[in-house]
Amino acid sequence: MGLEDQAAVKRVADEHGSGVVVLLGTPDAESTQTLAQTVVAGDPSYAGPLAGVPLGLPVFHVFEPEVRDQVPIDVYEAQVALMEMSLDRDAILAGLREARRAAAATS
Amino acid sequence: MPVIRAVSLVLAHVPSLVRLGSKPLRVLREVEQPIEYLRPHLRDWNAARAYAPNQVFIGNVGVDELAARPTPWHRHPIAGAQRFGPDGEIMPEDEFLGLLATCDGFDLLALTGEVADRARSTLDAHPVVGRESGRPAVPAGVGTAVLNERIARHRAVPLVGVDGRLLGAMLPGHEEDDTLTGQVLLENLACKATAALALRHLLARPGAIAATDVRYVINCGEEAVGDRYQRGGGNVAKAVAEWAGCARATGSDVKAFCSGPMHALMLAGALVRSAMFDDVVVVAGGSLAKLGMKFQGHVKHAMPIVEDVLAGFAVHVARDDGVSPVLRLDAIGRHEVASGSAPLAVMKALYSEPLERVGLTLLDVDRFSLELHNPEATEPAGSGNVPLNNYRTLASLAVVEKLITREGIDDFVRTRGMPGFSPTQGHIASAIPYLGHARRGLTEGGLTRTMFAGKGSLFLGRMTQLPDGLSLVLERNGARPSTA
Repeated sequence: MGLEDQAAVKRVADEHGSGVVVLLGTPDAESTQTLAQTVVAGDPSYAGPLAGVPLGLPVFHVFEPEVRDQVPIDVYEAQVALMEMSLDRDAILAGLREARRAAAATS
Repeated sequence: MPVIRAVSLVLAHVPSLVRLGSKPLRVLREVEQPIEYLRPHLRDWNAARAYAPNQVFIGNVGVDELAARPTPWHRHPIAGAQRFGPDGEIMPEDEFLGLLATCDGFDLLALTGEVADRARSTLDAHPVVGRESGRPAVPAGVGTAVLNERIARHRAVPLVGVDGRLLGAMLPGHEEDDTLTGQVLLENLACKATAALALRHLLARPGAIAATDVRYVINCGEEAVGDRYQRGGGNVAKAVAEWAGCARATGSDVKAFCSGPMHALMLAGALVRSAMFDDVVVVAGGSLAKLGMKFQGHVKHAMPIVEDVLAGFAVHVARDDGVSPVLRLDAIGRHEVASGSAPLAVMKALYSEPLERVGLTLLDVDRFSLELHNPEATEPAGSGNVPLNNYRTLASLAVVEKLITREGIDDFVRTRGMPGFSPTQGHIASAIPYLGHARRGLTEGGLTRTMFAGKGSLFLGRMTQLPDGLSLVLERNGARPSTA
């Protein structure tokens, strides 16, 4: 996650506290895992504003059924379905599971 | 209908200028000797020339040949790779510095005597931009003491070679104008020089139009040339036309982020179709600011910084000659304001809707040229394989439209797409690098129809949240009676 984006996430989390949920739209497993880790346990590259800052925010991917079920079907079709078909959904969600597992193990 | 008469695509290998890219400048601000930091990752010209994606860019290697080559490409150089190709060349830095100096009409860029002398002797013998091409001479060099004085007291930007030696310095154009700093002017000059090189290549083709017959030039490079009262005032097109000897031409700049070149080609086609001009040239130069944009990923993965080249192109749009590929003005795909930013709507507006308008489907297009960023530049930085993702999205559109099944996505991508091979030079990477291959395929080769699509991230300029996009269909001349 870029430094500017990390700063933005930190600002929103600071301003709104515990009500913040992070929704990812990442295109592959690696970026999903990295971004999830960044907003939960802190910046793994120790380069950005979230270095050593474990925000512990709940994190979801837009392809997860829990998210899809909250969205009107026509909106999902227009906004997400095409990308879901073109990307490796299973690998992305596996990356997210891995990040959650790692976060649970260290907390 | 207008046709694409000729295409040129050029690269200038500029490892010393990587340090002056926007990202390296910002990230290495605190580093005392940035060039020392970058040096282990900077390639020499031989490596850049033998780099397979660069050879595809100038037309020596086909896109299917690239797809079949072993990866990573930077570890598998092409044996006997040539500097010149059917579409252009890969110019080495010592010559390009001279070319830059010839483009500077205000004596702001000064090279050391040694650099200037070497550039002059090689550049004067250049087959396309040699002395007899009529271009300005490479100016005499300046002593190191003078350069150091300009750097220390007059805010000149030092040009430092990969070996750490001072090559030259770029003075600001005005003491108090942020739009005319040495850095900004160097970016503008790099854009002008690469566009000018591409234009001279275009004019040097066998059977090419005479320079004095070019009547209108549209520049779609990204640099906003201007001053403090007119930040993007322009007009690079005219500056390039002047340098290249197009004495009877005028021109203007067209800007739309990375979709600029598509708009420019459409407008060029419209000017020809309307009979306003018989011959219009579209040009664009490279983006110095984008050099080394993903360098941190390359450093992290102990690989060469492959964003070490500036790119430029020129396209001659002309009246139908019965041979050249036709630019179908009846099948322009437009992202309209009301199209919004939802992926499905954007994809339909750019691809299926314009084809449907002329009775075609996605399966009637042999090859699609989209954003062609080299994945070896983007993947190490975590930005993914941009072309592959876009081709898969396009194939998914074909599934939605029931043209192929979901199982057919990979096959669609392989046969109608191509690997990314363009340097990450924004507007140029946006579909344009395949234009030379397409022109050959649509005349001498087996292609019938190709589609080019550029997308622009307008939101980066903070004036609208909208993206932009425009697509064009190029067709073999005579492929359809309606195109005559």
